[in-house]
Order: sequence, then structure tokens, then C-alpha cells
Amino acid sequence: MSLKAIEFNQVCKQYSQSGDFVVDHVNLSINEGEFITILGSSGSGKTTLLKMINRLYEPSEGTINLFGEDIATIDPVKVRRKIGYVIQQVGLFPHMTIAQNIATVPKLLKWPQPKIKERVDELLNLVGLDPKEFKNRYPSQLSGGQQQRIGLARALAIDPKIMLLDEPFGAIDAITRLHLQDELMRLHGGLKKTFLFVTHDINEAFKLGTRVMIMNNGKVSQFDTPQSIVKNPADSFVSSLMRSSREQERFWEGLD
Amino acid sequence: MWKQLSDYFVHNHDDFINSLGEHIVISFVALVFSALIGIAGGYLCVKHKQYDKWIISIFQVLRIVPSLAIILLLIPIMGTGVEPALIALVLLAIPPILMNTVAGIEGVSSSMLEAAYGVGMSDRQVWWKIKFPLAAPLILTGVKTAAIEVIASATLAAKIGAGGLGGIIFTGLGLNRMDLLLVGGISVAVLSIAAGLSLDLTDRYLFKYKMVRK
Repeated sequence: MSLKAIEFNQVCKQYSQSGDFVVDHVNLSINEGEFITILGSSGSGKTTLLKMINRLYEPSEGTINLFGEDIATIDPVKVRRKIGYVIQQVGLFPHMTIAQNIATVPKLLKWPQPKIKERVDELLNLVGLDPKEFKNRYPSQLSGGQQQRIGLARALAIDPKIMLLDEPFGAIDAITRLHLQDELMRLHGGLKKTFLFVTHDINEAFKLGTRVMIMNNGKVSQFDTPQSIVKNPADSFVSSLMRSSREQERFWEGLD
Repeated sequence: MWKQLSDYFVHNHDDFINSLGEHIVISFVALVFSALIGIAGGYLCVKHKQYDKWIISIFQVLRIVPSLAIILLLIPIMGTGVEPALIALVLLAIPPILMNTVAGIEGVSSSMLEAAYGVGMSDRQVWWKIKFPLAAPLILTGVKTAAIEVIASATLAAKIGAGGLGGIIFTGLGLNRMDLLLVGGISVAVLSIAAGLSLDLTDRYLFKYKMVRK
């Protein structure tokens, strides 16, 4: 029986003005070590769901537990330091070098200097960039793919047990994207961490996820392994999603 | 003319250095005060959105009032001397610094802030490690604008007995002596340019990350 890393109990998020539900009574539990991909169109609530986990958003109702602990009772800063967070815009700090960017949280936690240095080198190697070459550069000197690798390294700096990734490869070209996906899978395999990965790309979601969560209008339509979703789509939304993906495949075959 | 100018420096060397010193000191002190007030004011404007329109418009109005008028208006209240001159210069220099501080802080993109909070920075850490450092280049630009304005306007301080290079100019006007006007005017111009250049160099030194290329 593996540990429950994340649990949602009746979690809702309502827009304060219109009262519409962005996230509508969601219940789910995620085991430690899973790679969950969250798939949905824009406005489906997938990003909102993700950001409630590190308390960038607060749920209007319901509770979220991390390893059995209700996060509403923990200082948001502490919650976030236990969670790695990667966003599509990367958000590297332009006034800091690559090494300083990666060392952001270790420095906040006042790690000793040699330990920070060692960790930075280790992380750069982990994301496949040569420490000697990249350490002292500034973010603006890196390509988009390299920047996102640094974003990943920064999120992994203090070895969080949970990683939240909000469309991290959304702005990256197709070839680099494939490389990064493979590398992310390799990272996940080696690190034994729980990954939550938001995407609107169905191929990406089914390739990466050990389980895929499909969201539509604030509700979870289906949350299962890729194989079972393909075999038994839970509702018409999921089946239409499958159909659209198949149609695209046929289009490519037609060109062949 | 050259002879007149060189004679001036031979005979009034000490006077000139004295005036130049006064000019630099009064400008520098005014700039330091206005930077402190301007940056603090800018911070307050961003932090308390409800006041920012008030604070900014008050300083905008003050900026429209000519410095000479402020100096003269302050005479009945503060008399003459260095203090009223300083106040007039500070009031003149605050708006560019204040407004650039506001623009600099508000210009920090929301994704940058999300990343900062996302890695687990507290509000205070976000201010000191992200917002201020990223606003700093724009704040420095404001300081540069202010410095040039202050150095030029400090000339007027001589009108109320605060000394400075303005003294030489006003004497030149009174005696109709072209050499004095030139000495005073050119010195002020050179001082402004030097201040601008040194702040440019500071900018390049402090914000190297803006200059790097792929």
C-alpha cells in the first residue's frame, strides 16, 4: 500500500463575482511516485486545480491534504518549499546567473556555500547541461529549451517530494519538446517523486502519465491509466477527445 | 576672451573651486534626500494602491511650479540660505524618481512573481530579491533625470544666498561680464554631463545582465 501524496476532498473554486465553479467538487487521491498528467482545454480548471496544491490559489470549499496533512493549516511559504513548481513562462530571474537561479531556495534556507555549489553542479548535470559552461551565464543567454531545463533544476533544488508542472513545454518547439519529455520521464523514474503535469496536448498527456486526469468544465471526467481510458472512455467528452486524436493520426497517415 | 577667461581662473581660482564645491554638495544632498523620499514614496504607492493617484498628482503639480517660484515662495517661511534651496530642489527631483520607482515595480511581470512565490519566497523576500532588483534599472534612470535637473536648477539657489555656481552667473549678469557668464554656464553644463555619464557607468556596472549577448 503506497502512501497518499495528495488528496482532494470536495474541493471547489468559485469565481467570487459570477459564482461559477472553476473547479467543481473534486475528489481524488494520488499515490506517492505517480506521474499524473492533467489534460483539459483552456478554462477546464486544470491550472486552477494545480495552483491550489501550492496555495497560489485558495479553494472556496473543501480540503487538500499533502501526505495526510491539511495544507490550509500550514504556512503557504512552507507548503511551497516542499513542492517544486515549473511554469510555462519559466520565470527565471533575469538579474541572477543560472547558478544563482538554481540556488534561490537553498540560499533562502541558508545552506552552507559549498553544499549549494555542489547541489547546483549536481542539478545542472541532472538536467543535461554542463555546469562549467552554464553556471555563470544569465537566463537571456539561453535558448527556450535550456531555460526550461534550468526551471526544472531550480524546482528540484531542495529535493521536493511533489513536482507541479504547469504546461512546462507549452512554448517549446516540437523537437526540443520530445527530448524534454523523454528526459522528464527519465527524471521521474530516477527520483521517486510525485509529478503533476498540466497540459492541453493529448499526446503529451498519454505519453507521460502513469495516470491521466481528464478535466472538463471544472469536473474530473475520467482519472485512470492511459490504457483504460482508451478502452473505456467514461463519457462523451472523453470519447470525443479520443476521436479527435485518432482523426489527427489518420490525417498524418493520409499524407504518408 | 581667452585671456579674460584665463585671467579669471588665475585671480579667482579659490572662488571658483568654492562655488563648484557648494554646487556639488547642494545638488548631491538634494539628490540623496529626493531618492530616499522618491523610492519610499514609490514603494508606498505600489503597496497601497488607493493612495498612489494622490501622491503622484501632488508631486506632478509641484513639478509644474517653477523652482524659482518655490524658492521665492519659501522665503517668507524659511528665510534665505541653504535650507529653502534644498527643499525646492528636493521637490523638483522627487517626481521622476517616484514615478520611475512605481513604473519599475509595476513592470515586474506576473509570471516572474508567480515563479518567485512558487519557489517559496515570502512577501518580504519577493520585494527585496525580485521586485526592487528588477525595478532598479528604471529607478536609476529616474535618479539620472533628477540629477541633471537638480544640477541645472541649483544655479537658482544662489538667488537666496545658498551659493554655488549660480553666484558666478548672477554676478556676470549684474556686471554684464561675458567671461563670468561663460565660466558659470559651462561649468554647470559640464557638471550635468559628468553626473549623467557617471550614472550611466553605474548602470552598466550594476546591471551587467542587461548587456549580455547570446
